[in-house]
Amino acid sequence: WDETHFGKMASYYINRTFFFDVHPPLGKMLIGLAGYVSGYDGTFPFEKPGDRYEQHSYVGMRGFCAFLGSCLVPFAYLTVLELSKSLPAALLTAFILIFDTGCITLSQYILLDPILLFFLMGAVLSVVKCNSCGDRPFSASWWFWLSLTGVNLAGAMGVKFVGLFVVLLVGLHTVYDLWDLLGSLSLSLVTFGKHLLARVLCLILLPLALYTAMFAVHFTVLNKSGPGDGFFSSAFQSRLIGNNLHNVSMPEHLAYGSVVTMKNLRMAGGYLHSHWHLYPEGIGARQQQVTAYLHKDLNNLWIIKKHDSDTADLSDPSSPVEFVRHGDIIRLEHKETSRNLHSHQHEAPLTKKHFQVTGYGINGTGDSNDFWRIEVVGRKAGKLIKVLRSQVRLTHVATGCILGSSGKTLPKWGWEQVEVTCTPYLKESPNSLWNFEDHINPKLPNISLDVLKPSFAEILLESHMVMIRGNSGLKPKDNEVTSKPWHWPINYQGLRFSGVNETDYRVYLLGNPVIWWLNLVTIGLYLLIAVSTAVTLKRGVQLTSELKELARVVLCGGGLIMLGWLLHYLPFFMMGRVLYFHHYFPAMLFSSMLTGITWDTLLKFCAGFLSPSATARKVYGGVFLALVLLILYSFYLFHPLSYGMIGPVASDPSSPMAGLRWMDSWEF
Amino acid sequence: MLGFLKKPVVVTAGINMNLMALTVVGLISRLWGLSYPRAVVFDEVYYGQFVSLYMKRIFFVDDSGPPFGHMLLALGGYLGGFDGNFLWNRIGAEYSMNVPVWSLRLLPALAGALCVPLAYQILVELQFSHCAALGAALLILLENSLITQSRFMLLESILIFFILLAVLSYLKVYNLQKHSSFSGSWWFWLLLTGVACSCAVGVKYMGLFTYVLLLAIAGLHFWHMIGDQNFSNVSLMCHFLARGLALIILPMAMYLSFFYVHLTLLYRSGPHDQIMTSAFQASLEGGLARITQGQPLEVAYGSQITLRNVLGKPVQCWLHSHTNTYPIRYENGRGSSHQQQVTCYPFKDVNNWWIVKDPGMQQLVVSNPPRPVRHGHIVQLVHGITTRYLNTHDVAAPLSPHSQEVSCYIDYNISMPAQNLWRVEIVNRESDTDVWKTILSEVRFVHVNTSAVLKASGFFGASLPEWGYRQLEVVGEKLSKGYHQSMLWNVEEHRYGKSQEQNEREVELHSPTQMDISKNLSFMAKFMELQWKILTLKNEDTEHKYSSSALDWITMDTNIAYWLHPTSGAQIHLLGNVVTWASANVAALVYVCLSLWYLVRRRRKIYDIPEGAWQPWVAAGGICVGGWAVNYFPFFLMEKTLFLYHYLPALTFQILLIPVVLQHLSDHLCRSLLLKSMFSALTVAWFSSVYLVHCTFRPLTYGEPSLSVPELKDLRWKDSWNILLRKQ
Repeated sequence: WDETHFGKMASYYINRTFFFDVHPPLGKMLIGLAGYVSGYDGTFPFEKPGDRYEQHSYVGMRGFCAFLGSCLVPFAYLTVLELSKSLPAALLTAFILIFDTGCITLSQYILLDPILLFFLMGAVLSVVKCNSCGDRPFSASWWFWLSLTGVNLAGAMGVKFVGLFVVLLVGLHTVYDLWDLLGSLSLSLVTFGKHLLARVLCLILLPLALYTAMFAVHFTVLNKSGPGDGFFSSAFQSRLIGNNLHNVSMPEHLAYGSVVTMKNLRMAGGYLHSHWHLYPEGIGARQQQVTAYLHKDLNNLWIIKKHDSDTADLSDPSSPVEFVRHGDIIRLEHKETSRNLHSHQHEAPLTKKHFQVTGYGINGTGDSNDFWRIEVVGRKAGKLIKVLRSQVRLTHVATGCILGSSGKTLPKWGWEQVEVTCTPYLKESPNSLWNFEDHINPKLPNISLDVLKPSFAEILLESHMVMIRGNSGLKPKDNEVTSKPWHWPINYQGLRFSGVNETDYRVYLLGNPVIWWLNLVTIGLYLLIAVSTAVTLKRGVQLTSELKELARVVLCGGGLIMLGWLLHYLPFFMMGRVLYFHHYFPAMLFSSMLTGITWDTLLKFCAGFLSPSATARKVYGGVFLALVLLILYSFYLFHPLSYGMIGPVASDPSSPMAGLRWMDSWEF
Repeated sequence: MLGFLKKPVVVTAGINMNLMALTVVGLISRLWGLSYPRAVVFDEVYYGQFVSLYMKRIFFVDDSGPPFGHMLLALGGYLGGFDGNFLWNRIGAEYSMNVPVWSLRLLPALAGALCVPLAYQILVELQFSHCAALGAALLILLENSLITQSRFMLLESILIFFILLAVLSYLKVYNLQKHSSFSGSWWFWLLLTGVACSCAVGVKYMGLFTYVLLLAIAGLHFWHMIGDQNFSNVSLMCHFLARGLALIILPMAMYLSFFYVHLTLLYRSGPHDQIMTSAFQASLEGGLARITQGQPLEVAYGSQITLRNVLGKPVQCWLHSHTNTYPIRYENGRGSSHQQQVTCYPFKDVNNWWIVKDPGMQQLVVSNPPRPVRHGHIVQLVHGITTRYLNTHDVAAPLSPHSQEVSCYIDYNISMPAQNLWRVEIVNRESDTDVWKTILSEVRFVHVNTSAVLKASGFFGASLPEWGYRQLEVVGEKLSKGYHQSMLWNVEEHRYGKSQEQNEREVELHSPTQMDISKNLSFMAKFMELQWKILTLKNEDTEHKYSSSALDWITMDTNIAYWLHPTSGAQIHLLGNVVTWASANVAALVYVCLSLWYLVRRRRKIYDIPEGAWQPWVAAGGICVGGWAVNYFPFFLMEKTLFLYHYLPALTFQILLIPVVLQHLSDHLCRSLLLKSMFSALTVAWFSSVYLVHCTFRPLTYGEPSLSVPELKDLRWKDSWNILLRKQ
């Protein structure tokens, strides 16, 4: 399954070829490192799920992920122990995580999630630890845990952008903490200032530095050209060894008859592209599509011609070379289809305020709507146009609009390429500026050009913009049945990891239903307990010291965990991108910790009513044992989900999973 | 009892002349020349069509919001005697004589005018001086954008009115709380809060933001009451129940009642019928009801049926077949089975008829008594006109090669056996032995041999090429993940087949269905369906010429041209008062900064302002800044087309904040008398500039007098404003 993605990316690291992914690089770098150390040579192609690994050594990478995944259990144990000061609560949480089939499945394979979860839990643990060192501020252990929080935050952010939520959680907690410190008048303002500075240093500056460093490593390691080049600007590409722009040599000035590619200057802008397909009926004129395309392709090639005459053949050596000048009126002919770049007063497919851009004419003969005035930003008339350096604007002569890329993705008929329009609003923006990237003209001497090397900050910014674009581009297609956030806590539908047919070795990512439903019930239970506790305290009811301690655990400890759950779950409802079941796992960790805390306090509270302490302890222990046994038994039932099932599907009575398909939507 | 015998009944009435004067000025400003221009202005073209449909009692679905706002507009038309005969097709079209323009626009204008005294009263209830309250009211009065928006048949002014009313009544409740809980006036205002909230939500879903804000404030106040030891547990409980009743139960009931009235008023079928399910359509007069009246309810072996796809988006379509076959080779070189095409056809046609057949029997008529088809039964579907069997097999479908082709089986005598058995699965069944019911049952057809599911896949991509007459593709979906609506079908037209002979049957198929029984849905079922459709129906998000992004609103970088006189340069724009917008932003900034400063200082036990001034300051901030924030920030997350007028509710709250901040500055930060008088002078100067700007832009607000081109150019204060210049 997704091993094909991340395994492939690890291979890229080992081969040092540049690629593009919507997630930040740390997770893949770690996988790559693990593979490198364990002797993986980066040659396995990772083409489609289910391919055999044969002799390639993949165990290192899997082992690494599994190791990080198993670290979650002690982390959760320690966190709950610290928050509730109760061994049974911590044990219950640990049991839940050990015996949850979903957690097991997710951490067994080469995926980013175990790494993300590792850092996430690490951050939570260190925050909690640091909190309990709060009575000894500025001690060595306090500093240690505080900076470890920062490190873990950087790690979480560096694996996936979902790490942002844990940053938010820690941030909110820190603000609350500082507010508390501000209120205690025993601290002088200077001490408070020290507290503030320490947190800024460890929780803002340190993670930022690490995060940047991570990208620095990423860019240094990946210095060879690879499949992700087209997503980036010309300047960015010139850094990559093997790219056609690295130490490039091509004719410097643009001439008539040259074959060129044009790249949009907006972040993650594509190449001007056209292909044999027409705009569908009802969307402007039925002429050939013109789009912006992010990959390098033969269909990106255009020939520059004079507007009034067909320029003499390139092969004819006698004709003199004529350069294109600023302000000239030109015609752009698509090399593959011999159609001219054309615009007219029809509305563009998506941006209705703009005009449609099409390919028009046969073998280069078109009409006056094919004429474009070429202008260089900040130049005077009559100057030559430089390849790569000049920022060019193409103005449509007939309507006065400017060629631009709107950045919106066309639907299926446009092959999900990016819309190109002609905008009548003459705003200066990179959307409507282009540069010439490739330039082929056999009659002109090739000159070695060194493009301005971008600074590190520019690279960093650009790669983030590209990632954000990529992320928001992951929209569900119309006919795909996608996973909805409300499915997740009720364990409505899992994710098939491998194997479909009866004979295959099948792995299905699905949480242990008993555990998940227990978690779900517990959230409701917790809310009930928390509200009643808060009301009781607010009403000023006098409590015994034991109950006070319980109330503190419920409100502070449980509150932090509950906040974590909310922060890692609710935002998904507002996301437009494609969602998967495994997005819930960070929230699930919080939910499991909450289960531990809630049941512990609930049982203690109930046991408090039974007067003889012996009975109380018996009831308390008994219920705990029952819960643990329940978890164990359910794990016994469902363990084939994660360790693989062979044999007929569950609807068949002879399957090992017969009778366990409790919900119709499960597909094992 | 009989107390009036001992003491005379005395009625004393106090009239606040401020309030009266403000109301009168407000009415003048909003109602002046209301029927000018006598032409369709901007979104009137949108709301107008719904008013017409109300007048004609024709059912419609509007995905922009709940029906209460439309109903209010229609009420205006009803009172003005509008018959609904006007074609709302173009902005700027002249109204014909039968359109009562004045009364159609009256209600929004009244609502807009009443916002002025409401603003005054809100600041008074927030315990600010009458001077500040007067200032707030005047600012609202002089805000050009609010005037423009309330002078036409639009919903924003009504929405703002209900929002302000809700805020005011809650403040009344809160102030009455201290000395007279559960008194008559306390109940009145509490209930009014709930009513106003539900009206606001009923006009536009935007009202929800303010409703949630008020709920949160009420919750916070109640939390303080819990901490107050003066209340007994019982009285707390009473308070809690009263609030729950007035602020949650009552609004929900009101909301339902809007829909009840809506559905009662609109009983005729109309343009949006196809969006709804067949059952819903059958409940409307004239549409499907005419056809489906009197159909037998239970589908039996031998029934003649049409099968409609449940998804119905973007078009409704019926399972269809015709004599043409799939081409042997497609354009891309893949092969097909060359059997008879099965498609989904968006129009009624005699080729949409199918006959349900028992695989074990030959006959195609309904036996007596009819044998109903139940959940889980295996059936064959015979195409009525061609008598071929619905079939699917392991051949790639024409457009979706991952799925199986569905065809009507032709026996070419090659090694491709007929696989025409389908299992009927009723998805919305109550028990496993449910009978397949006309219209009501949503059914999946699972292919017995391959367990593929019959699915209309054509909605998602292009329609079939020329050979398939551009109809929609139907496939057998092998990976049936979940229950997608495109895999569900329901029987729409249905009758028991009587003719055994093929040519008789053709005649029977061509004849219309008749007979009489009606299938009525309960109100709740209709409500749930309509509500669901309103929330999920998505119009193609078309970008509009005047659409803008939320970020443009704060600085008013955008405007909307509402109307342009056909010959002269007179025009109406939605354009705010620049000074007011800027000062409102400054006020919000000052408020937030000052509050943060005070909060931090209070945390260190330094009290800059007396406790008596702190409470109103916080309350005013909670309502004004909170109201602004909840009505503004959610737009950053929305993906629909946004316009400047979406900002007006937020702006209203922000304007209310200006006098609050001004009074606070003058009371607490201007320590000396000199400073104070200087501050007052500045305030007066600032206020006159507000007035001046208001007057400058008045021609664009009221649309008269018409301006010449240079004058218009002078008014274009920002380059991004789109003021229409007529070429000379």
